[in-house]
Amino acid sequence: MSEIFGIPTQALFGQLLIGLINGSFYALLSLGLAVIFGLLNIINFAHGAQYMMGAFCAWFLLNKLGLNYWWALVITPLVVGATGVVVERLMLSRLYKLDHLYGLLLTFGLALIIQGLFRNEYGSTGLPYPMPQSLQGAQNLGFMFLPNYRAWVIVFSLAVCVVTWFVIENPQLVQAFGVNVPRMVTLTYGFGVGLAALAGVMAAPIYSVNPLMGEHLIIVVFAVVVIGGMGSIMGSILTGFVLGLVEGLTKVFYPEASNTVIFIIMAIVLMIRPAGLFGTQR
Amino acid sequence: MLVRSGMQIAAAFVLSAGLAQAQMSDGVIKIGVLNDQSGTYADLAGPGSVVAARMAVEDFGAAKKGMKVEIVVADHQNKPEVGSSIARQWFDVDKVDAIVDVPTSSVVLAVNQIVKEKNKVLIVSTGATVDLTGKACTPNSLHWTYDTWSLANGTGTAVVKNGGNTWFFLTADYAFGHSLEQQTEAVVQKLGGKVVGKVRHPFPSSDMSSFLLQAQTSKAKIIGLANAGADTINALKQGAEFGIVKGGQQFAGLLVFLTDVHSLGLNIAQGLLLTESFYWDLNDETRAFSKRFAKLHKGAMPTMGQAGVYSGVLHYLKAVEALKSDAAGDKVVAKMKELPTDDPVFGKGRVRQDGRKIHNMYLFEVKKPGDSKGAWDYYRLRGTIPADQAFRPEKDGGCPLVK
Repeated sequence: MSEIFGIPTQALFGQLLIGLINGSFYALLSLGLAVIFGLLNIINFAHGAQYMMGAFCAWFLLNKLGLNYWWALVITPLVVGATGVVVERLMLSRLYKLDHLYGLLLTFGLALIIQGLFRNEYGSTGLPYPMPQSLQGAQNLGFMFLPNYRAWVIVFSLAVCVVTWFVIENPQLVQAFGVNVPRMVTLTYGFGVGLAALAGVMAAPIYSVNPLMGEHLIIVVFAVVVIGGMGSIMGSILTGFVLGLVEGLTKVFYPEASNTVIFIIMAIVLMIRPAGLFGTQR
Repeated sequence: MLVRSGMQIAAAFVLSAGLAQAQMSDGVIKIGVLNDQSGTYADLAGPGSVVAARMAVEDFGAAKKGMKVEIVVADHQNKPEVGSSIARQWFDVDKVDAIVDVPTSSVVLAVNQIVKEKNKVLIVSTGATVDLTGKACTPNSLHWTYDTWSLANGTGTAVVKNGGNTWFFLTADYAFGHSLEQQTEAVVQKLGGKVVGKVRHPFPSSDMSSFLLQAQTSKAKIIGLANAGADTINALKQGAEFGIVKGGQQFAGLLVFLTDVHSLGLNIAQGLLLTESFYWDLNDETRAFSKRFAKLHKGAMPTMGQAGVYSGVLHYLKAVEALKSDAAGDKVVAKMKELPTDDPVFGKGRVRQDGRKIHNMYLFEVKKPGDSKGAWDYYRLRGTIPADQAFRPEKDGGCPLVK
């Protein structure tokens, strides 16, 4: 079997594919952050908590109302997005004239409160969420065993990213943004939150539904957004997928550093291009 | 990671004052439960350990005996530097006499030094590193519930004897994981098995798929999980997704708690072999204890770590009562080693010179979903490892206290 740096090529393909799966989550989450930052100038630190709420919402729908994964995929972004709308109307809308820092502090505080409430109620080991029936099983690709569900995650999140990019980069809509209708701002925040919730639903069958699931992810996702360039839609999508790959490779060659590699890249990028790879200097 | 409030909840549990308090340092016996209140290990230790400590104070009958006992709590967030600074504050400012529980081996080893320096008492229940009764042993510390050697000895031996002779380790990259991996590797090799590879993952890790794929590529028969809590849960869950068991490989959970099985569900956890020193459904006494505990703790049965906190606090109070003083930590610990232990959790036992508490360990197998009568009915007893064989022989540890 051929080898690259002592790793069999086949194993390497498997690892790259797994990196791509993680990249899907990074891309979905950083996309939501970029959309919110692009229009509202709010650094939404509650994004991780909203992702977690998405997973919990799916859990509630299944266990309390008997609605399965596919329903959750539709309903959850709407429900959690609606909580986002409420937050924007009641709180964030008062901060637009102030420094970025206030929005960051507010959303950070919200994240702590939301996570604390869920943790008090559900503990920290997490709740099980079953894999949807039709996506169980796996394909033997020869070089690896690819669970159907993971393949679905890649395809679906790519589709969501591309559609979002298409809608937002559409010139007519950008004009509408330029008019700065307050309702548009509210809906944009709701949309960004809905994206986080959608990622939460997709994560539920893979990781257990856990009050802390967003806390670990959010900092990485912020690094992704910073590397891609704050507010750049395509930048955050591409960076999300690419960093997933880089992280995947690190897990093969030097697993101990897999938690830090993204931050190292962030530091280097910030030294060379302070506005991020795809960002423009404001 | 968001900054978790290192909040210290002063959970005052002052029992009525009496005559005996004159001999106690500052009139109160103050016991600090130091553990993870909010993170990866919060369900297997966390608030449940505080419930257990309070039950011990109540069962000891401190109020009737005129002893004033107070339980305080803090969250060490699984970080050695946070744990150390809480311990220093507790000893210097809050006059805490003993620290109990302490999951996360790296925190255990850091706090251990401070306890010795201040001549207080450390009773480790959930922390696992066997070094605590080896090269890091002190006259002030005791290791109560289990350790990495006893886990490796229990699960490792059983698995190799069942034919699992090639291993790949998935190890949490800190003191505990390293120790558990090392102890298990020794057992595997002693029995003629082979370790074909290992990977050390950051602690904590939510995505194990990459490491699982490496384990799959290794073709080892057994994937040994030298991690705990949410890390173990994620590895098992994602392992099922990647068809590890279907592909003919098996997991050995080297440290699995009852709460982990509860979270995984029996569908995924069934058939797993694991070693514990306590299970709620062992005998009448453990059942009675656990049902009382569950009433006070949202219906959850105690883990062995939480049960160990109960047992340790109870024995500590007995020693303080016998000495009539809690002032010098090393004297209290010496008394605890002298007195035989007896409680509903572990039955009768004793504490060795190296600080190791001795009792039976049990090998369990997780039940199939059909065999379980309901929530928390998860284990089938596969074997009992008698107390004298369950822990590392005293002479092998290299603890200077053993002559």
